[in-house]
Amino acid sequence: MRASILLAVTLLLSACAAAPRATGDLGVVVERADGRLLVVEHSGNTRLASVEGLGDLSHASVVFSRDERFAFVFGRDGGLTKVDLLEGRIAGRVMQSGNSIGGAISQDGRLVAVANYTPGGVKVFDTATLELVADIPAIGADGKRSKVVGLEDAPGNRFAFSLYEAGEIWLADLKQPQAPKITRFPGIGKLPYDALVTPDGRFYLAGLFGEDGIALLDLWAPEKGVRRVLDAYGKGEQALPVFKMPHLEGWAQAGNEAFLPAIGRHEVLGIDMGRWTESARIPVLGQPVFVMARPDGRQLWVNFALPHNDKVQVIDVPSRTVIATLLPGKAILHLEFTPRGERVWLSARDSDKLVVYDTETLEVVAELPAVKPSGIFFTARAHTTGL
Amino acid sequence: MGRRAAKPLSREWAKGFGAVLLVLFLSVPAFADPGPARRSELTELVAQDCGSCHGLTRAGGLGAPLTAAALADLSEEAVAYTILEGRPGTPMPPWKSMLSEPEAVWIARLLKEGHAGAR
Repeated sequence: MRASILLAVTLLLSACAAAPRATGDLGVVVERADGRLLVVEHSGNTRLASVEGLGDLSHASVVFSRDERFAFVFGRDGGLTKVDLLEGRIAGRVMQSGNSIGGAISQDGRLVAVANYTPGGVKVFDTATLELVADIPAIGADGKRSKVVGLEDAPGNRFAFSLYEAGEIWLADLKQPQAPKITRFPGIGKLPYDALVTPDGRFYLAGLFGEDGIALLDLWAPEKGVRRVLDAYGKGEQALPVFKMPHLEGWAQAGNEAFLPAIGRHEVLGIDMGRWTESARIPVLGQPVFVMARPDGRQLWVNFALPHNDKVQVIDVPSRTVIATLLPGKAILHLEFTPRGERVWLSARDSDKLVVYDTETLEVVAELPAVKPSGIFFTARAHTTGL
Repeated sequence: MGRRAAKPLSREWAKGFGAVLLVLFLSVPAFADPGPARRSELTELVAQDCGSCHGLTRAGGLGAPLTAAALADLSEEAVAYTILEGRPGTPMPPWKSMLSEPEAVWIARLLKEGHAGAR
């Protein structure tokens, strides 16, 4: 009798311990100076766990496994760390280069690719084991190794990326992971600094720092080559100093229009995505860094480089006007919308906190402490091409 | 500088002579050095904002490494000039609208000494 009670209690306890928890409302926040990752959830706006030992996380970025359980964190020091969100611990870690900038996960979820500065190239790993699958040195037509930027996943288990010094775009087909097929597009323009893939997976666009315009590759017809669009996009003649490189990741699409940060001008640019011409210039208060669209495309949230990095502006897309200027905290580095866009999370690095806004009322609904937070990444990214 | 230094000086004086000597040592040799509050801001700027491109440990990123070894062949003036004027044709912007010349020199010296912008 006593034995059976004990058994029942044991079973009950183990059932509790194993209580399942899904991951669709989870995310991670980078605490960059301390090499730490916070695991957060955006249903109740709370912190769940803190994971240490991820190395130098300046400019760290994150992609998620297709089951939304694991985060792959790309550290500046070349570390690639696989973090188990449910258990709040490191599930695997490799130091895969001396200096890296970001990465992407393949369409089938089996491969994670890392863009490296030193030595310049792309390394591809098995997402299950973190074993090296392919090593692609980025040696351009100039015969030198280039830093790799703008590494993005593309349909067909391909990765697209840009060579910073050489000014090239490469398309790597990893349907056979051990034998990547590389297509090189040289001469795309000077100093590509970041890139994006449109959410439909069709277009790869690389921003150029060294000249005006954007290099565009149609992934449905790569044989047509790279062409230059938006010649007016770029620094222009009277460019203002750019104290922080704009990011293209937040590429905000609304209908057939996309919005992105101008470079050296205090504007958000609208682009007609069929014609690839400029459709709007929306004045904002500083050099935009991220222009992020609420998932429904009705609002854009914009943060800024120094000296305006304590402000965030909200743009109403239909009227193309700034409807609010918010002061969430000091040094707003990143923002992330909940999957359906009712909330947005902001990281205020120098205020050591995360601020959560209701995107309809534009009021703060929660604040969470975080040490020097930078990137915020929610698991819903797992199912979007290019994120 | 004089005004900014006055408060900490008198406070330190009460705390002890050694601390006063330290403050004097830090502030006297370069008279135009930024004051303590500004120095702390600049340290943070080097760590975080320079760090965006050059790495938190300044081992380099999209921007060149800024470790003491990497800057060994450059004079303090050359480093300060690059900070103020930027490097045309690269993403390195001119910081002169954000930093004064003495501030740039101060940052250059600390970079070359290898202990600026500790985390």
